[in-house]
Amino acid sequence: MRHILSILLENEAGALSRVVGLFSARAYNIDSLTVSTTEDPTLSRMTIVTHGSDEVIEQITKQLNKLIEVVKVIDLNESDHIEREMMLIKVRATGKDREEMKRMADIFRGRIIDVTEKTYTIELTGTSDKLGAFIEAIDRSVILETVRTGASGIGRGERILKI
Amino acid sequence: MQISGAEILVRSLQEEGVEFVFGYPGGAVLEIYDAIFRQQEFKHVLVRHEQAAVHAADAYSRSCDKVGVALVTSGPGATNAVTGIATAYMDSVPMVVISGQVSTPAIGLDAFQEVDMVGITRPCVKHNFLVKDINELATTIKKAFYIAATGRPGPVVVDVPKDVTQQLAEFHYPESVSIRSYVPVTRGHPGQIKKAASLLAEAKRPYIYVGGGAVQGGASAEVTELVKMLGVPCTNTLMGLGAYPGDDRQFLGMLGMHGTYEANMAMQYCDVLIAVGARFDDRVISVPSHFLAQPKKIVHIDIDPSSIAKRVKVDVPIVGDVKHVLRDLIDLMKQNGQRPDAANLAGWWKQIEQWRSYNSLLYTPSTEFIKPQSVVQKLYEITGGDAIITSDVGQHQMWAAQYYPFKRPKQWLNSGGLGTMGFGLPAAIGAQLANPNAQVACITGEGSIQMNIQELSTAKQYHTPVKVIALNNRYLGMVRQWQEFFYGTRYAESYMDALPDFVGIAEAYGHVGMKIENPADVEGALREAFSPALKERLVFMDFRTDQSENVFPMIQNGKGLDQMDLPPHMRELQIAPFENNRDYGNMC
Repeated sequence: MRHILSILLENEAGALSRVVGLFSARAYNIDSLTVSTTEDPTLSRMTIVTHGSDEVIEQITKQLNKLIEVVKVIDLNESDHIEREMMLIKVRATGKDREEMKRMADIFRGRIIDVTEKTYTIELTGTSDKLGAFIEAIDRSVILETVRTGASGIGRGERILKI
Repeated sequence: MQISGAEILVRSLQEEGVEFVFGYPGGAVLEIYDAIFRQQEFKHVLVRHEQAAVHAADAYSRSCDKVGVALVTSGPGATNAVTGIATAYMDSVPMVVISGQVSTPAIGLDAFQEVDMVGITRPCVKHNFLVKDINELATTIKKAFYIAATGRPGPVVVDVPKDVTQQLAEFHYPESVSIRSYVPVTRGHPGQIKKAASLLAEAKRPYIYVGGGAVQGGASAEVTELVKMLGVPCTNTLMGLGAYPGDDRQFLGMLGMHGTYEANMAMQYCDVLIAVGARFDDRVISVPSHFLAQPKKIVHIDIDPSSIAKRVKVDVPIVGDVKHVLRDLIDLMKQNGQRPDAANLAGWWKQIEQWRSYNSLLYTPSTEFIKPQSVVQKLYEITGGDAIITSDVGQHQMWAAQYYPFKRPKQWLNSGGLGTMGFGLPAAIGAQLANPNAQVACITGEGSIQMNIQELSTAKQYHTPVKVIALNNRYLGMVRQWQEFFYGTRYAESYMDALPDFVGIAEAYGHVGMKIENPADVEGALREAFSPALKERLVFMDFRTDQSENVFPMIQNGKGLDQMDLPPHMRELQIAPFENNRDYGNMC
């Protein structure tokens, strides 16, 4: 099952590689990973999307907690949460495709952020599923390149991950 | 006053009360060695290979209650240390390893003797640091010792670039450190401890399974008190040997792949199991599903939450320092007068005594060949069961574990987790330095000893009169055993041709060598080696043992605890399968 883990860790050199190394050393999966500093510059917040049985997820959580630089780990799946991912997708936009791509971007609430004679670059934000749905919805042959950030997640309401 | 980084490092080690630093000099650590040369407070032990430095520091720590310290240079010095670090990591030994690094401006430029030590050791350390700023050096050393020794202990590497050792700064050693992201739990959850007490009180067939965590956690007294108070049987893992006295009636011997029949059967058929600082590893429980197929309630006490439910799902997890948790458990049961039912317990003991009566460690004596088991038994007799025993890895290690019943914790030092050949001799040196008045023996094989035999030179230099008991069967014995059992006796590269003359080697290094070929000479030779005349000498004893001897019982990979390969004398026995509701009264 897919899980989305939120990790608060010290913003120190090498902390990221410890987390990534843990996943590879113990043969866990990383579907996506995002990380950046928080409002407190000494802390980083990481979101890892992974999958595995409940036992595996429990081990991942425990092993992450064992890393000295990890401050807190929560499994966002355990309660209501919001997740968002951003995608930049560059598409061929010529002839009849040009109007069609504009329309599709609108339907998915995307924004066209770069326009050339032959291409559009569309910025699209949403759940990972929504981004996947957009890719499915348009003609594969017009896609020139895609860049996805991986999901970021946050608990709803009063559920707060903080020191 | 400003002092150099090297001096800061040395002063920090002094502040930590370090007695010995095991190491080997080189370019990147010259400044540190110069600072060591100019101080008197701790002693440096020059090994002959960096791996041995780490093993010696490791065994020093295992055999006393201090953090071991090793010092190696950058590049090859650092990589040579990695096996030792991984060994300590697998067995949760508190250690600080200081490695030299090339100067900070040269890092990443493929400089001479440069390796990414922090990167290389990341998967086999509890934590590691690269110190780029001299102002953080003292605090980092403080943190390293703190992290190494607290929680589940482990090795910490501190990588120090050469320019940092040369720069100048003020020295302030912090009295304490707190790390917000590292707060080890000590006390167990009272509710969970209450559940454990109830389970034990209701148990019909209780069993206490004690691992290395009880040794490292200093919980031997509590383990013994609990087992004695309840009158229940107890087993130790390979790493836990000595946590409960091996010569006590309530001790069923070691369990696992080469455990005794009774220890393994009791593990399979108990109905309430208390696991204390043990981790159900694959050498104890090969097949978790088979183990759990026999219904039982499991309480698992461990300081490391990730050790709980890693291989075996448990009913009552208790995260905490085993010493504290056991104390609380004992006090609670005393207070409530909780004890297992005496009649049930008596029945359980009858069953256990029957299992024990088969004497699964019996072997056939010989007047022709030296039986390796008999050497260990004689060693036990002659040392009064009191020696600190180190071992290498293989058959001799298992025989040491089986036939030398350890009385106390920290008496048995072996590489249980990583299984590192070459551990024994440097470990014996480290243990002897930590315990100058103790008898220290290294039980080894002719294969393992050659992996760090150069340390005979270190032993000479530092006058560590350890006794090397080499069970020499001219085979890599455990490999040969597996090849006999599973590979149609095709002994691929398990035979050691062109063995050296070990007596000659011992003498060349300035020690005493003995070659023992006749069973009748075993006792006399051991008595001589441990006699006052040779008290100050290292004695290398080359026992030419029976080449065909195998370690029994044995649980093959993929088999259950009750599916042991039995020693020859047990194979013909009609052993009735365990029955849950048997009337124990009529059994014996």
